[in-house]
Amino acid sequence: MAPRATYLDWNANAPMHPAAIDAVSEALGLAGNPSSVHGYGRRARQAVNVAREAVARLVNAAPDEVIFTSGGTEANNLALRGFPRRRVMVSAIEHESALAAATAVDGGRIPVTRAGIVDLAALEEMLVADARPALVSVMFANNETGVVQPAAEVAQIAHRHGALFHCDAVQGPGKLPVDFRALDGDLMTISSHKIGGPMGSGALILRGDLAIEPFVKGGSQERGRRGGTENFPGIVGFGAAALVACAMEGSAEIATLRDEAERRLSALAPGAVIFGHDAPRLPNTLCIAMPGVPSATQVIALDLAGVMVSAGAACSAGKVTRSHVLEAMGAPPAMLECAIRISLGRGTVAADIDHLVEAWGALYARTRASAA
Amino acid sequence: MTGAIARKPNQPPVYLDYQATTPCDPRVVEAMLPWFTEKFGNPASVTHAYGREAEEAVERARAQLASLIHADPREIVFTSGATESNNLAIKGALRFHRQFGKDHVVTLTTEHKCVIESAHAMAREGFRATFLPVEGNGLVDLGKLAAAIDERTAIVSVMAAHNEIGVIQPVAEVGTLCRERGVLFHSDAAQAVGKIPVDVEAMSIDLMSISGHKIYGPKGIGALYVRRRPRARIAPLIDGGGQERGLRSGTLPTPLCVGLGEAAALAQAEMAEEAPRLLALRQRFLDGIKEKLPRAQLNGDPEQRLPGNLNLSFPGIPALELMAACPGLALSTGSACTAAEVEPSFVLRALGISPELAAASLRIGLGRFSTAAEVDYAVDSLAAAVKRLGAAPMTSALAGTT
Repeated sequence: MAPRATYLDWNANAPMHPAAIDAVSEALGLAGNPSSVHGYGRRARQAVNVAREAVARLVNAAPDEVIFTSGGTEANNLALRGFPRRRVMVSAIEHESALAAATAVDGGRIPVTRAGIVDLAALEEMLVADARPALVSVMFANNETGVVQPAAEVAQIAHRHGALFHCDAVQGPGKLPVDFRALDGDLMTISSHKIGGPMGSGALILRGDLAIEPFVKGGSQERGRRGGTENFPGIVGFGAAALVACAMEGSAEIATLRDEAERRLSALAPGAVIFGHDAPRLPNTLCIAMPGVPSATQVIALDLAGVMVSAGAACSAGKVTRSHVLEAMGAPPAMLECAIRISLGRGTVAADIDHLVEAWGALYARTRASAA
Repeated sequence: MTGAIARKPNQPPVYLDYQATTPCDPRVVEAMLPWFTEKFGNPASVTHAYGREAEEAVERARAQLASLIHADPREIVFTSGATESNNLAIKGALRFHRQFGKDHVVTLTTEHKCVIESAHAMAREGFRATFLPVEGNGLVDLGKLAAAIDERTAIVSVMAAHNEIGVIQPVAEVGTLCRERGVLFHSDAAQAVGKIPVDVEAMSIDLMSISGHKIYGPKGIGALYVRRRPRARIAPLIDGGGQERGLRSGTLPTPLCVGLGEAAALAQAEMAEEAPRLLALRQRFLDGIKEKLPRAQLNGDPEQRLPGNLNLSFPGIPALELMAACPGLALSTGSACTAAEVEPSFVLRALGISPELAAASLRIGLGRFSTAAEVDYAVDSLAAAVKRLGAAPMTSALAGTT
């Protein structure tokens, strides 16, 4: 019998939903450039428009506010570089794509509290201290800790000071309701492969009356805001996944499983620390430190046991580095170097949690024995 | 004369737009499918088995693509497509080399819109851009190109094979010239790679854009070849997690990378047979048109062109009307990226073709799934439509090139 494989890294990539697989498979069989005027092209264009409506609906935006991109990283770069006359203020726990894009027009880092929530008072002070027009970027929920940020409050503060508000909502849709209108966003990033759609697709939502400086120039695709032949199967798959994500099926069960994992791991290792425990969190994410055991040791041991988790964001180019997120929360080095991220999804079942607890518990017991 | 087949009522139109996009080869789809379904790891998730399996697949694809163009796998940077690659090459080279006093780009007036737009955007940022006209056959004059390069030129960008008129530029000669003058040579080879031999070593190419969906691979993926020795230095366009050696951040879309790799491997294996087959089809098309419509004329060099491309003018017959009169054919007037625009092709205008004749021109793209029967049907359809539309008194015949 093959050893059990337990995938608990859904924040890195969510396996595709069957509806999205079907949509992509069908689209791959069709010829046609959505920008071509003949029948093949028009059919592709129509499919892109249907997907645009689904993606808009997922976050309660208008279809013409959706700019399809190659993914969340490109969308964040487009958003934060798209207003060259504004200084860009990002929270200290943003995804690396937002942190890196912001350095081009750096307006400073907004600190977070120990609980992992953006410090609203500090944001207000920063905006008061510098009257230049600004763009504030704060994520919907953190990819490592799952801590949900007060996006609507950030928008209010930003707008009060004439700033635009960008929300990186890559982690959010499908897990919690995300409403572009209700939180009064100006820009919002979403990603396909985090919600069960294909990799290589994402979108920037741009409030209807805003103009942006495009940075991938080309033809007149996406109404001149993003050049390049539309990734038609990718967009169609993203649309299919968006329809499914709207329903947020299984979200309550996932939260129950996550809470159970948290309870059992904490009981096994009394010194364990749960990051973001005191803040509202995504229902699927658990960031936990096993004191004294480096993250790398944990993920390797879990991998050998067939349990797949991560030591933070996947994007750090394969390196297991210190988490800037936990650092910004003021976690002591001894703790942040021992943290792993466990993220659940649609397919996660109780047996997966048993597998995780068993493997993590075995490692904990081994390290205790060798320390004794 | 022809053995043209009658089209059945519900048969889809004959696809003659292979320069706009190619269908994804079923073998490519087959190779991609497992990576959409059970093999779903993020290739950057090297902490676990699913991630490493995806990483290996991406690296295999990288090697397949590198092999097609005689490059080292480490010289391949995956992007979202040729448009992004072109943006990255031109903006990245200029931004990086400004610190050395090099702030000038030289390109052609007939380049793809995204190259021209990138150069314009950089000009607005304070860089210099020179747009060099081409000769009447669509080819660059090497003497004029040499004269356009100055001591502050950072990069020369010349398309390998043209998306509208199919002409193949003297890439190796341009490469030699650029190497001698110490400037980077970028080539938008979206239409050339996989269709004709492209060798970055033999052609002294420093940066080269590649597209997935032009070579029977998936949309949403492309690559930029970035030379390692001597190193072509560029600044990244998209920052983030540092994937692709820092030159292009963002989660690598495993299935799309696998699809591009497979498409490259198929092109490499089949090019030697496929190119002459397409050339024969192209000749069959051209011969048929010449026989039935002697006033039609070919735009762009008749010899130095892609095996699967024709660009034909039908004097006095507006292209949009001609396309409407041929519902059994999927045709275009030129680049799909500008298909929504009503202006006649700027490329044909740059060749010195009058606005009237440019507006009476069609691009015919043949490809892997084109057949002789389809060609015969297309020729018959076009000939019948031209004769019908031209039954009204026409303007005098224009001086033809063919």
